Amino acid sequence: MRDLFAIVMLFGIYSLLSAGFFVSMDAVDVALTEAAVGAGITTVLMLGTLALTARTEKRKGHGPLLPLLVVIVTGAALIYATLDMPYFADPDAPAHQHVAPRYIQESGTEIGIPNIVTSVLASYRGFDTLGEVVVIFAAGLGVLILLGVAGDRRHDASPSTMQHHLVLRVITKSLIPLILLYALYIQFHGDYGPGGGFQAGVIFAAAFILYSIIYGLNSAERIISPAVLRFLMAAGVLIFSGTGVAALLLGGNYLDYDFLAHDPVHGQHVGILLVEFGVGVTVTAVMISVFFNFSGRSNARQETGKQ
Amino acid sequence: MTTVLGLYNYWVVIFLMMVGFYIVIAHGNMVKKVVGLNIFQTSVFILYISVGKVRDGAAPILDDTVTVYSNPLPHVLILTAIVVGVATTALALALIVRIRESYGSIEEEDIHRQDESL
Amino acid sequence: MITANLPALQVVIPLLAAPLSLVLRRPGLAWLFTLLISIITLFVSLELLRQVLSGGVISYAMGGWEPPWGIEYRVDTVNAFVLLIVSIIGAVVMLSAGESVAREVPEDKQPLFYTAYLLCLTGLLGIAITGDAFNLFVFLEISSLSSYIMISLGQDRRSLTAAFQYLIMGTIGATFILIGVGLLYMMTGTLNMHDLSQRLPAIMETRTVHSAFAFLTVGISIKLALFPLHLWLPNAYTYAPSVATAFLAATATKVAVYVLLRFVFTVFGVEFAFEMMPLGEILMLLALLAIFSGSTVAIFQDNIKRMMAYSSVAQIGYMILGISFATVTGLTAGILHLFNHAMMKGALFLALGCIVYRIGGNVRLDDFRGLGKTMPWTMAAVVAGGLSLIGVPLTVGFVSKWYLVLAALEQGWWPIAVMVLVGSLLAVVYIWKLVEAAYFQAPKEGASGAEAPLSLLIPTWLLIGASVYFGIDTDLTVSVAQIAAQSLLEVRP
Repeated sequence: MRDLFAIVMLFGIYSLLSAGFFVSMDAVDVALTEAAVGAGITTVLMLGTLALTARTEKRKGHGPLLPLLVVIVTGAALIYATLDMPYFADPDAPAHQHVAPRYIQESGTEIGIPNIVTSVLASYRGFDTLGEVVVIFAAGLGVLILLGVAGDRRHDASPSTMQHHLVLRVITKSLIPLILLYALYIQFHGDYGPGGGFQAGVIFAAAFILYSIIYGLNSAERIISPAVLRFLMAAGVLIFSGTGVAALLLGGNYLDYDFLAHDPVHGQHVGILLVEFGVGVTVTAVMISVFFNFSGRSNARQETGKQ
Repeated sequence: MTTVLGLYNYWVVIFLMMVGFYIVIAHGNMVKKVVGLNIFQTSVFILYISVGKVRDGAAPILDDTVTVYSNPLPHVLILTAIVVGVATTALALALIVRIRESYGSIEEEDIHRQDESL
Repeated sequence: MITANLPALQVVIPLLAAPLSLVLRRPGLAWLFTLLISIITLFVSLELLRQVLSGGVISYAMGGWEPPWGIEYRVDTVNAFVLLIVSIIGAVVMLSAGESVAREVPEDKQPLFYTAYLLCLTGLLGIAITGDAFNLFVFLEISSLSSYIMISLGQDRRSLTAAFQYLIMGTIGATFILIGVGLLYMMTGTLNMHDLSQRLPAIMETRTVHSAFAFLTVGISIKLALFPLHLWLPNAYTYAPSVATAFLAATATKVAVYVLLRFVFTVFGVEFAFEMMPLGEILMLLALLAIFSGSTVAIFQDNIKRMMAYSSVAQIGYMILGISFATVTGLTAGILHLFNHAMMKGALFLALGCIVYRIGGNVRLDDFRGLGKTMPWTMAAVVAGGLSLIGVPLTVGFVSKWYLVLAALEQGWWPIAVMVLVGSLLAVVYIWKLVEAAYFQAPKEGASGAEAPLSLLIPTWLLIGASVYFGIDTDLTVSVAQIAAQSLLEVRP
């Protein structure tokens, strides 16, 4: 298979199928994230890369013997590992004892929100989530450094817009508000159902990306400029880590939300709200920024190509 | 026989993992490598989510009608891992775009040839 | 309140600083800010080490949730030492960054470089201080991503391919570590490293645990560039900006060695790793191969940064050799070399940074001709660092090699001791090449002939000074390393 476009599309399908699989495994939050992030963003970025590079692969020269060997050894090691593993879906498996039961049994009283995954993500293991936001921030920074085109990009018209398609314009204009609303719902309903900052951030960004695809990069950048995006990228991380500092100043450990309000459960709610909001802001900003950088590179290339 | 039935789902996932891993190390085209890396990682995620499943369990959202829940901890870990994965992919793809601009190709052999001629 | 929360602050300060630095548009301001933060971080590390040495292990619960339900930061002698190494290098290298980065990185990208630097610092510190296996993975990725970014800012276009190659290999390594951690969780139900060490003995015999061990060690070995998984290192160090090379060469692989120590000795335990699994033999073999192949290949390099990169591969071999003995002396040698190599290589790459500053681009052996006269201070630093690499007495390099040989002789392994000495002889060859070109040959025509600016020389000489001082007065470093080694071997109840 040498057509890279086909490969990327197949990968998108694989991603979507795994999201479906996650739902059947009761991992609804993960499914939402995989669908949005894995199938959505990754596929978009890969297509963007293909647009900027090449569509087919060249014939490869070296033989597959050594890689095949490595893969067989690794696969064998994994299969060897499975022989002593607990059986699939066994409720007495060690993985379900010891640490997990407390989350299931106590999170209702200690934190007071129904979505246990959000409780663990934003509170019990909140520091991991802070690390995750920093990772996204790093990726945004990296793409900014690698693909950011310096200087004035206010050309008269972006070469690639689809404004002239009436149908696309109409549908886009009606869809975008709905997408934004849905994103806000996911953001704030994440305590009660699947959702939360990451998924909401990606969906929110999707609205802007859609606008950018149809109306062109310049119009999109006039709505939300790269400088604003840079600020928002940083702001989300600062909101999250700042909440932790607030907890410190109020007498608790870092990220101990109990201290954020007069009563611990309230404090947990406040903390989770703030923290998820920070996540949403950074994720949105990074996703939009990354997309803008990829598009901008394509535009810049076409501009210089014309000259 | 029960061994196989109890473990077959793990083996299927391991096979998928190895497909992804093979693509990363055997192919010279950089985009393909990134795709392979993603398949590898996504399969690892599938492995861990299937570990979290509890028979007759429900999604871990507190509800009075439910008695048995599936394990929420793997979900949290994999959520984080998915996001880390996409961050890495975005960076990798940006690098590929720049490499293409500098070298005119995204095939490893071409690049090696160009570098050796220096 | 500050002292009680010191473990959290160690990571939180650079973590907060990174997005803040994005606001600073002027390179000079960004540099000063980063310098300030790295110095504050250094003081925190010093204080943490002091606390641990007097008070024992520090345990800090993130978010107020007690482990293993919450994430724990756990500081003992081993990682307090590593934290100190990372922050010393972080601060000293940053001193030189103002001028060096201004020369090597395009102006509009300079402030962003400092943000990436802060992120890398955050990541490395986070890896060293955490007591949670999954948290380790997350911060590993933070430090890795920011390293890829810093490397890609090099002037040569090969920095891009170097960054990409490192990204692919590094991500495979990280995914292996993730697989290993996941397998451990599957069998024990916990992610906390201390907790794992309590629960693993009961299931030591299972194939899953053996497999987890294999995946973890292979994944970590990719990150620490153990032969033959070191392929990403030479290109990454050669084509990155000098500040990035100096920082990464002196810290990233050391932290990876620490992760190996933590998993092998604390989580799995000596009996499992060395008696049930053949880790000692495999590590020893690979370490010796690293020492010989690294040193030999270094001799034939024309690009000096690349020569030093291969030298690093060899030096990592020395560290792993000490660890493979699994005795107090061996571990002391390995841990000691973490510190000593950071000083030596940090100094050498900063000195190379001085040369790049004046000459620009890739420094070849040719460019070294006559450098003894045109850049006397820089060249003297290179010689001092080189002597340390060889292991001449009165330098830190000697101290580590001394303990290594001692450890080998303790076990009665004469051949190993001899091989360590042969490795030193190989180092003499490539260092001599540099010395000969610099002092015994005339400069090329058209070569610019000025010494490097003070802002680059001072940090270089700070590290050279450290490598001489700690080579003469070894009490502090050796005692800390010894305490650390003992704690690693005695942790098993």
